Amino acid sequence: MKRGLSLYAAVAFAFLYVPLFVLVVFSFNQSRFTIWTGFSLDWYRAVFANTEMAEATWNSVVIAVTSSALSAVIGTLAAYGIWKRRSPLLTGSLYLSLVTPEIVTGISLLAFFQLVFRVVHLTLGLYTVVLAHVAFSIAYVAIVVTARLRTLDPSLEEAAMDLGATPWRAFWRVTLPALAPGIIAAALLALIVSFDDYVITSLVAGVDSETLPMVIYAIARRGANPTINAVSTLIVVGFGALIIISERVRQR
Amino acid sequence: MKQLRFWMLAPARVWMALFFAAPLLIVVAYSLLTRGDYGGVEQPTTLENFTRLFDPLYGAILLRSLVIAIVATAFCLLLGFPMALFISRSGRRKNLYLQLVTLPFWTSFLVRTYAWLFLLRDTGLINTLLIKAGIVSSPLPLLYNNGAVLLGLVYGYLPFMVLPLYATIERMEPALLEAAADLGARPFAALRRVTLPLALPGMFAGSVLVFIPCMGAYLTPDLLGGGKTVMAGNLIQNQFTTARDWPFGSAVSLMLMAINMLLLLPMMRRSEDVL
Repeated sequence: MKRGLSLYAAVAFAFLYVPLFVLVVFSFNQSRFTIWTGFSLDWYRAVFANTEMAEATWNSVVIAVTSSALSAVIGTLAAYGIWKRRSPLLTGSLYLSLVTPEIVTGISLLAFFQLVFRVVHLTLGLYTVVLAHVAFSIAYVAIVVTARLRTLDPSLEEAAMDLGATPWRAFWRVTLPALAPGIIAAALLALIVSFDDYVITSLVAGVDSETLPMVIYAIARRGANPTINAVSTLIVVGFGALIIISERVRQR
Repeated sequence: MKQLRFWMLAPARVWMALFFAAPLLIVVAYSLLTRGDYGGVEQPTTLENFTRLFDPLYGAILLRSLVIAIVATAFCLLLGFPMALFISRSGRRKNLYLQLVTLPFWTSFLVRTYAWLFLLRDTGLINTLLIKAGIVSSPLPLLYNNGAVLLGLVYGYLPFMVLPLYATIERMEPALLEAAADLGARPFAALRRVTLPLALPGMFAGSVLVFIPCMGAYLTPDLLGGGKTVMAGNLIQNQFTTARDWPFGSAVSLMLMAINMLLLLPMMRRSEDVL
């Protein structure tokens, strides 16, 4: 049975990795077809020469950095507040936000913004994407930070307060430093989820605020294209680096 | 302390109320209104949007989403259980294998879906190899069908199944299997009668985690189904963009959430504290 299991697992891991491997290998292929004709960096050149992609990447970075920073702060404070005393309504809405299909979150926000714009004279833009991304990232951050809080000894804060620290000072000087690795990991998670999101983003982004997944999606819908292989490889490498950093930080 | 806690919770409360709860309530309200002439919503209130869900055309889409999501969950279980078992039995390499499972999950979902588009297309690797080997003369239509969507979903959400399964198997007392062996159970019998029943909470938890995103899938059916395989998510998107029938799109959204909740609540209870 043991050998059978190992073989099965090998096949399953191959299933997980072969598609990505093929994708990466053929981003270095000369031909646009899936026949190896020789090594080339042409598709990478095409990526870097593509101004639409560059602009969209910049938008994605701005959105991801802003929304992950905001959600890290809001989510950490919320996790701490809930840890102190239960808040069923907030906890419930955070969980509900996790199980709501992305497409539903997206159209509900679209309907919401359209309604608001009837009163306030604004249009969809980058900021609407940030507002949406923070809304779905708070739950991720809160969960990661709560897991870290559970490993914490509450008597540390009590000791700080017995020694005369205000509740805020006890939080700021005792609890927060202990939470830091969890918060950083959570922020990176939010960063990746935000950078990758297509469904919600495409619904609430303004006409002038296309993101990288939106550009990739538009091309991929017309079929495969090695330029997408090249940009995908860059994304995989970038995400991989971020994940390794976050794992290192979390285990510290 | 009380005041501090209030101010700490305030930003999350305000944000979730404004950008999560309020939008959902708008969807609830819209689902009861009539479609406007220029795409918006109008009075009078009606239940017509919900009765339309049972129109064979739309009923078929909801049913297809349900079937695809259930089959995808089943495949994830079949594939994920041996993987979880393998990882829990690999001693020092456990963490490495566990990370190998989670790593692709953290690489862009869009990229992973595109990877299959690249493999399955007419000039993709699979068809190229099949033609070169002389097995087929013209490319097989691997892309843009239900099978491709199913494959994409299983691929996308397999880690969601493996992780809770691994967590339950890992918590199991190893002595239980030794006891089963002492009593004369062969490895396979011990697996079936000891490990499998004890892993049930993990199976329920994993199934919930896989089923929910599959049921609401939009990206996978759109890219790999190529417009032919319409699932509930595509129907909603279509109603809010091209068809501009927001009330009906809202009704489909609520129906989707209702189905999820209906399946989620009993499953959550049985998944114990794995979730």
